[in-house]
This record gives sequence, C-alpha cells and structure tokens, in this order.
Amino acid sequence: MFAETPFVRSKRRSEAFAKWLFFAMSAAMVLPLLLIVGYLFVKAAPSLNINFLLDVPRRGMTQGGIWPAFVGTVYLVFISLAISAPVGILAAVYLNEYARDNWLNRMINLAVINLAGVPSIVHALFGLGAFVYAARLGYSILSASLTLAIMTLPVIIASTREALASVPMSFREACWNVGATRWQTIRAVVLPNSISGILTGVILQVSRAAGETAPIMFTGAVFFKAVQKGEVFAYHLNEQCMALSMHLYTISTQVPGVKESIPFATAVVLLASVLLVNAAAITLRALMRSRKKW
Amino acid sequence: MTDPSPQPTAQFSFAVRSARRPTLYVLAERSLTALIYACGISAIFFVVGIFLFVFKEAAPVLFSDRFSLSQFLFSEQWYPTSELNKRYGVLAMTAGTFSVTALAMMIAVPFGLGAAIFISEFCGPRLRETLKITIELLAAIPSVVWGFIGLTVMSKLIVQLTGAPVGVNILNGGIILALMSVPIIVSIGEDALKAVPDSFREAGLALGATRWQLVWRVLLPAAKNGLLAAVLLGVGRAVGETMAVLMATGHAVQIPHGILDSVRTLTANIAAELGEAPAGSDHYRVLFLIGILLFTITFVVNLAADMAVRGIRKK
Repeated sequence: MFAETPFVRSKRRSEAFAKWLFFAMSAAMVLPLLLIVGYLFVKAAPSLNINFLLDVPRRGMTQGGIWPAFVGTVYLVFISLAISAPVGILAAVYLNEYARDNWLNRMINLAVINLAGVPSIVHALFGLGAFVYAARLGYSILSASLTLAIMTLPVIIASTREALASVPMSFREACWNVGATRWQTIRAVVLPNSISGILTGVILQVSRAAGETAPIMFTGAVFFKAVQKGEVFAYHLNEQCMALSMHLYTISTQVPGVKESIPFATAVVLLASVLLVNAAAITLRALMRSRKKW
Repeated sequence: MTDPSPQPTAQFSFAVRSARRPTLYVLAERSLTALIYACGISAIFFVVGIFLFVFKEAAPVLFSDRFSLSQFLFSEQWYPTSELNKRYGVLAMTAGTFSVTALAMMIAVPFGLGAAIFISEFCGPRLRETLKITIELLAAIPSVVWGFIGLTVMSKLIVQLTGAPVGVNILNGGIILALMSVPIIVSIGEDALKAVPDSFREAGLALGATRWQLVWRVLLPAAKNGLLAAVLLGVGRAVGETMAVLMATGHAVQIPHGILDSVRTLTANIAAELGEAPAGSDHYRVLFLIGILLFTITFVVNLAADMAVRGIRKK
C-alpha cells in the first residue's frame, strides 16, 4: 500500500541530491580552514615554543623570536580600542535610541555601510594624509592606532546596534512610564541588558584590528625596532613600533634567508591569537544567550 | 479635637520640589546627549573626511598639466620612476583587479550561496551553529595570513598541478579572495533567506514541491534582492582587499591573457609603491588618485548593495 511510486522515488532522490550538494558546498569552505590551520601548525612546529614569543628577532630578522612585534600589536590594538569603543558605542546608542527615521538617519546609515566598505589601503592613505601629515602626529603608534580605530568603528557600531536592538521595547516603555528621562532609561535599562552583546562586538574588533596590515604599514608600523627581550613597556606613543602582521609580511617577502619555520610560526601566533580572541567572544555570546530571560 | 486633615498645598509643593532634578544633573545629561548626537554624526564626518583628505593629496597632480585623466584611466603604461618617459596609466592594474575579483566571485558565489541555502534550509540546529561559528572564524583570519598561505602553500600547489612557471598569479589570488569573501556572502545570504516568510515554504511544500524545487522556484526568486546584496558586498570586499592580493598575485603590471598570468591590482600597487614614492612627488599623488578611484568603486558597489537590501525591506 505504501510502496514508492516512481514519482515519489524521484522526488525523494532529488531531495537527497539537493541536500548532499549543498552540504558539499558548505564542507568545501570549512575543510580548507582545517587543512590550512593544520598545515601551518605542522610547518611551524620546529620554532613554536615560549622562547619564540619572548625573544627578539636576531641576525637581521632571520632568527630569534617575535616579542617586539607582539607587544607592538598589543599596543596598537588597545589604543585603537580605547578610541573606537566609546565613539562606536555612543554612535550606536544614537542610531538605536535617539535617531528618528529621517534623512539624517539614512545618511548616517549609508555612511556606516560605506565606512565598512572602504578598502583598507584607502584607510592607510587617509591615515597618512590626515594624521601623519595634517595633524602632525608623524609616523607613530598614535597615527596608526587612530587609523585602525576609524577602520574598526563600523564593526563596533553594527554589533552594538544589534545588541541594543535586542532589548525589548517594553523594557524602555516601562522605564519611561515611571518618569525616567531618555538617558536614565539607557543607563538603567538598555545598557545593562545589552552589555554582553556590546562586549562581544568590542572583542571582535580586537581580533580585526590585530590582523590588519595595510592601514598601519604607512602610518606607524616599522620593519625593525630594537626592544629588550620580554620588555612590556617597549614603546612610546609618538614612536613607531613593530607589529605582528607587518612582521609576517616583511619576513615572508622582503628578508632573504629566513629560517623556514619562522614565518610559519609567526603566522601561527597571529592566527592563534586572532582565533582565540574570536572564540572568547563567541563563548561569551553563547553564555549570555543561554542566560537571557526574554 | 483639631482638624486632622493634612495640609494638601504644603505636601504638594514638597512633592514638586523633590521631583525637580539638580541643575548640574540636567546640564550633565544635556551635554551627554549632545556627545551622543556628535558620535552618531561622526560616521558621516569620517567618510567625507576620508574622501577629502585623500583627494587633497591627489588634487595637485589631478589639476596639473603634466597629467591627463584619460591617460590615467585608459593607458596600460605605468612607468612612475622613469627619468625621461613618465607614464601613469592604471588600465593594467584595473584589469588585474577585475580579473582577480571576477575569478574569486566565480568560485565564491556558487559555494557561498550554496552554503547559505544549506545552513538556512537543510541542516539541523546543531550543525547550523557549528557551521556558522566556523564561517565566523573563517572571516576572522587576517588578510596577511591569507596572503602568506597564498605565497607558500597555494603557489607550490599551483606550480605542481598546472606546471605554471610561477605560482603567484590570478588563479592563486582568485582562490584566496574567494575564501576571504565567502563568509560575508554566506552570512548576508542566509539573512536574506531567513527573511523569506515561512508561509512561502509551507505553500510550496503543500503543493508537493521537493525542497530542490522549493529552493529554485520559491526561495531564490523571493530572496533575490538580499542575495544580490550578499554578492555585491562580497565583490566590495574582494576589490578592496590589499595584503592578500599583494602577496598572492605576483607583481607584473600587465593586462592578463590567461588565468596563470601574474597581475598587480590597484590596491596592491598602492601598498607596494607608497613606501618608495617621495612625499609630495607626482608619483605619490597619483597613488592617492588610485585611492580615490578605489574609494569610488567600492562606494558605488556598497551603495548598490544597500539599495538592493532596501528593496526587500519595502516589500
């Protein structure tokens, strides 16, 4: 009675085919990630140890470690974060809590979208023209951080906005009804209920800023800078610094005779730090989502 | 017994006084609100500022008689450091950008949309979460690491498999860019498919359509604007990508004739030469002009993507 007719069979087959085809397409993107990360780790293995991280580059960067570059990246990321996080969060508060649906709001939205789409090398040109020359900051950590901050601003705005928008409207209405002003409502109700989402966005910005090369290449990052092994306060704000991403570019394209595993190990350190930071953000988000009561 | 009733006026005035907030507090809130407005508008300032500052550096050469715009756009001769015969033509680099982007899109669009369809229509919630996280991680890999992968891993593979003389070429850059722009295509494409109401799916299934037919005949037409936006944003990302193409496409300034030719893209050209061009020289200003060209291309692409998204919202 329930035997398959040819029509039903062909229908079932086409269904199965579609499912496997699309699965294969998804797998085709996930597999390279695993293969590449695995390959990088294998090639990097001879150099990967704690001393590689803490040592300074030696013999014209052909041997030794990556400490100055690592510290430089940390400096750049946190200074750019200190600039872009407040501006980005407040901008998102404006867009989500204050802005009405008018032409100004549409212009701002368009600007945010376009800011996110500006090529990184154009950000570099802007940083060079605006911060290095016009603002007379010179080639410095400050110029590079400001460039990075503007580049990562749209990421923070977008993620913060999403977090703010997920707070139900009724929460705000309840607060307004007991006589709170707009800002009191934001401080007492909206921000506490969206802080996890905002933090996630900020953490994701860290990972994006850490990996960028082009914007810092012409504004503050430098090929080589002498730093003591393991020194934490290695740079001043008005100095140039080394950066991991720039260092990887330099030793893999510009410096001849580098020990083979060193660029691989540098890539692994950069990749691992970025992926760890991302994983932290994703975990935080998952944790907060499961605790959410609405 | 005296009158027990309270004095309403006194109580009322007391209540009013306590409800009034200190002047300092009101001022603080006003200034904070002003700050929030300023931050909100800052995005516009930054976009305009980027254009103006880059244009300011490029303007002197753009309006000088040593330079012709038609030569800049339509000549393939790029000899910025020649003593006698300086030429600033970017056609070869524009061709490089377009060939690499086109190849990247030929790979990334089918795979990206296929993955978006799989994630939104075919897989269970657990697999969906796993795939989405993986794609997020894929998006997080820094471009310089992609470039390094192209330079070391991919170039060797290409030389071995195709017998090409050099492994850094359009094919290499195209595959790397495809992997880089797939995440954005997947995530925006999945959003677009999710925005199609479930009643569309139910109606299709009730008519006896297979899910294959459902995807082709119902979902893709219904979500086409959002999917177009996804593709356009992928194009925008591929055109603007710098470090990966700088390291993976080789450095030959030439109009490519095949997929195994080395090319140089607009972005890579700026990154490669900005450090050597003396500040204020014509060469340096022309590099800023290339920046304006790139800014214009990505601006148009992003605007188109935004209009496509707006199209679905209106429906």
